[in-house]
Amino acid sequence: MQIPSLTISAVRQGLAEKRFSAVELAQEALAYAKAENPKTNAYLTISDDRALAAARGVDEKLAKGDDPGVLAGVPVGVKDVISTRGVRTTCGSKLLAHYIPPYDATAVRRLEAAGGVIIGKANCDEFAMGSSNENSAFGPVRNPVAADRVPGGSSGGSAAVVAQGTAVVSLGSDTGGSIRQPASFCGCVGVTPTYGRVSRYGLVAFASSLDHIGPFSRTVADSATLLGAIAGRDPNDATSALHPVQDYHAAMQQPLQGLRVGLPKEYFAGLANETGDRMQAGIEILKKQGCQFVDVSLPHTDWAIAAYYIICTAEVSANLSRFDGVRFTTRSSKAETLIDMYRNSRGEGFGAEAKRRIMLGAYVLSHGYYDAYYLKAQRVRSLIARDFARAFEDVDALVTPVSPFPAFKLGEKVNDPLQMYLSDIYTITGDLAGIPCMSVPCGKTAEGLPVGMQILTKHFSEDLMFRIAHQYEINGGFAA
Amino acid sequence: MKLTEEQVRYVAGLANLTLTEQEIHQYAHDLSDILTHIDKLNELNTDGVEPMAQVLFDAEETATLREDEPHATLSNAEALANAPISGAGYYKVPRVIER
Repeated sequence: MQIPSLTISAVRQGLAEKRFSAVELAQEALAYAKAENPKTNAYLTISDDRALAAARGVDEKLAKGDDPGVLAGVPVGVKDVISTRGVRTTCGSKLLAHYIPPYDATAVRRLEAAGGVIIGKANCDEFAMGSSNENSAFGPVRNPVAADRVPGGSSGGSAAVVAQGTAVVSLGSDTGGSIRQPASFCGCVGVTPTYGRVSRYGLVAFASSLDHIGPFSRTVADSATLLGAIAGRDPNDATSALHPVQDYHAAMQQPLQGLRVGLPKEYFAGLANETGDRMQAGIEILKKQGCQFVDVSLPHTDWAIAAYYIICTAEVSANLSRFDGVRFTTRSSKAETLIDMYRNSRGEGFGAEAKRRIMLGAYVLSHGYYDAYYLKAQRVRSLIARDFARAFEDVDALVTPVSPFPAFKLGEKVNDPLQMYLSDIYTITGDLAGIPCMSVPCGKTAEGLPVGMQILTKHFSEDLMFRIAHQYEINGGFAA
Repeated sequence: MKLTEEQVRYVAGLANLTLTEQEIHQYAHDLSDILTHIDKLNELNTDGVEPMAQVLFDAEETATLREDEPHATLSNAEALANAPISGAGYYKVPRVIER
């Protein structure tokens, strides 16, 4: 079997034709992951026991003639901010280097209930904060496409395991672009569903009003299958939505004739580079499929980054207060008094970016600044959400770039946090509005670096988003 | 917006973070840069705009509440398993009250 190019349907077919068992596939996938990992550092933990137990469960069901689930036997990577019972979950942080969750995230439980086989936990920026995966306490991930470049972040490991082929699909998390940007940098599909579409239960909280769990894959169909398996109401997450989960695969077969697609002019200004050229080629393919393109405006785009870095850091400073040296984390040896224990454990344990964001969040929430920063940012968030709502009165979907540039070199931007933040411009807005958005491959630069195209639709219109992405893919879009 | 090193020390106290002198110097610089960008928000008039604290969609008011039924939670041992120091069924912390 060709592990690096497997798809969910190929696994299903192989199992049905008894060309391999789920256990044989898991063994081969685990061996391949271990052999490949030194090249990228994409996995922090390989979960042999859990993978083999899940695979045995699939084989037993097949032997009995029971339905083994839509993900039966499929090797999956899971970002290390998503809790896995009994399997170390570090969040890319020294503070949680030895943390073993006592329960599973809902998304993990559901993907295993559907027959998925978790191969390992994927490296990421510490507590999912970063755009390059260089903020992991366990070392950066290398981009499988170009080893001297970053895979993007914060779900860099989740993108890399799919791009290098050590997993068929993976789970990441997205707060400001952390699924779509690494998907675009590594040349795979990455989906940020509607806020509330997938339960956040067991996702270690970063910015609760912005956090999403979503899939990575090499084909649109595989992301649709994985999302279908993990989406839906969960009583353990009060923000998870009651909306019924659509049949994405049925929707995807529909042609695109007559769809109106908006190109937000703010996202294309200043894109006179190879990314812009690849985007034009992608747009041409959608035009040939019958999409009608119109220019639209999202007038508050320029203020999105400022609003985002207030809201997300405010939520970070509150959420990360739980890491206090008492319940989950390592404790400083300099802990004579309670307050010293808190301060030294946190000061020694958090990395530079986590501390920077905690500090910014504590500042914008502090006495006298709350109205000027936090409340102001929330009002601007309303304006940004309204921009999208207005645009969707006129068009069915929006198409934009994912990142202003392809994967950059390791170390290139790490010393300039503001420049790193500004590079999230095209992805942050979708999170602020809570709408579904995804990155699909859109050809490569002359240097061979992948470019991503972003597709955005209305709340809970994942069906339409997948339809556009799938029709684009089967009509040659990924090579655009 | 420029942040002084003294303000950085004050915020580090609020956030319960021990920082080195070098970190204080670095964060004064980094946060000033970021806050200068953030000042951009003042260009926008947001009078009468509702703050958006959460992504909202149409649903019945009580739709997000679950049934109030008892269910199993973590055992004492499971809850303590990741604590750096525990004993007698409790988390242990430095003494806060003198006998």
